[in-house]
Amino acid sequence: MEDNVTYTVEQVKSRISEAFPTAVKFESKVKPRRLFMTADKGSLLKLCMFMKDQLGFNQCSLVTGVDWCDRMQVVYHLTSYSSNITAEIVVDIPRDNPEIDSITPLWGGANWHEREAYDMFGIVFKDHPKMERLLLPADYTFFPLRKDCKTGGP
Amino acid sequence: MDLSAYPNAIAMSAKEFVEWSTNVMDDIVRATGVKRGLDKVMDPLLNWGVRNSMYPLHFGIACCALEMAACSGPRYDNERLGLVFRSSPRQCDVLLVNGWVSKKLRPALRRLYEEMPEPKWVIAMGECAISGGPWYDAYNVVQGVDTFIPVDVYIPGCPPRPEALIDGFLRLHQKIKKSKIGTFMDD
Repeated sequence: MEDNVTYTVEQVKSRISEAFPTAVKFESKVKPRRLFMTADKGSLLKLCMFMKDQLGFNQCSLVTGVDWCDRMQVVYHLTSYSSNITAEIVVDIPRDNPEIDSITPLWGGANWHEREAYDMFGIVFKDHPKMERLLLPADYTFFPLRKDCKTGGP
Repeated sequence: MDLSAYPNAIAMSAKEFVEWSTNVMDDIVRATGVKRGLDKVMDPLLNWGVRNSMYPLHFGIACCALEMAACSGPRYDNERLGLVFRSSPRQCDVLLVNGWVSKKLRPALRRLYEEMPEPKWVIAMGECAISGGPWYDAYNVVQGVDTFIPVDVYIPGCPPRPEALIDGFLRLHQKIKKSKIGTFMDD
């Protein structure tokens, strides 16, 4: 697809809901040039491929994790330069087995974001080219931004 | 001059000769009072020279490095005290630790300290370098530089003002003044 085709938020919304009628749910939050949705763990990679190839979302600006104590979330921000839209995808993953497909093969910019999410939350991104610690020393055994991680004084 | 420890005075090995001649020179210098005279001249002179040419390592870690930069600016002008920031640890006398030291940085900082030639001093500047500061219970911050490097002067503050930094260096002056850094030989 050409990069210079522009879509409005409604067009993007309808295209996605056509392609993923059950897996993707849109949130009612409305902001100009923003799009909020939640997706299934299994359909995330397909959704990202669809958004990249069909809708021209050519940048992944953010991948991070959220620890809600009973579950974990992975948050993606995808941006389209041509249509000036930033889409937020939130994916719930179970806390005892935090695994999700990597989107690094689609956007190289997600590489270090995913490694940092692994570093801080212990979320394992499958098929990531180098799933190792990025910021912390390699011999750390805990994930510091999880809510059950205890910090203590000397 | 005692030759009884060296029975083969005619045919000494090189090692023996160095040891023997060193001892002879030592004894002569001590017995004639030359050492006292040299100490009287050299100690204040060398001490004065060392005190007035303390080169800190230009190693900015955190926000205290901005105070360090302000200190080297025209308003506080630390070059009038002989403090010239050098970029190589081989040319430095003072390791100025200014900021938190993460566990990943610790081996590098220790190595910088080891690379500095003697005599050397360490100044811990700011709360983070002294005790961890705001990160007193963090998972990745070393709780004080003195856990792995001997520290001579602590400058408290968060961050310390440039005046405080200069005061710390002047306190280091006093410490150097008291040490017998310029004496000619060990007693």
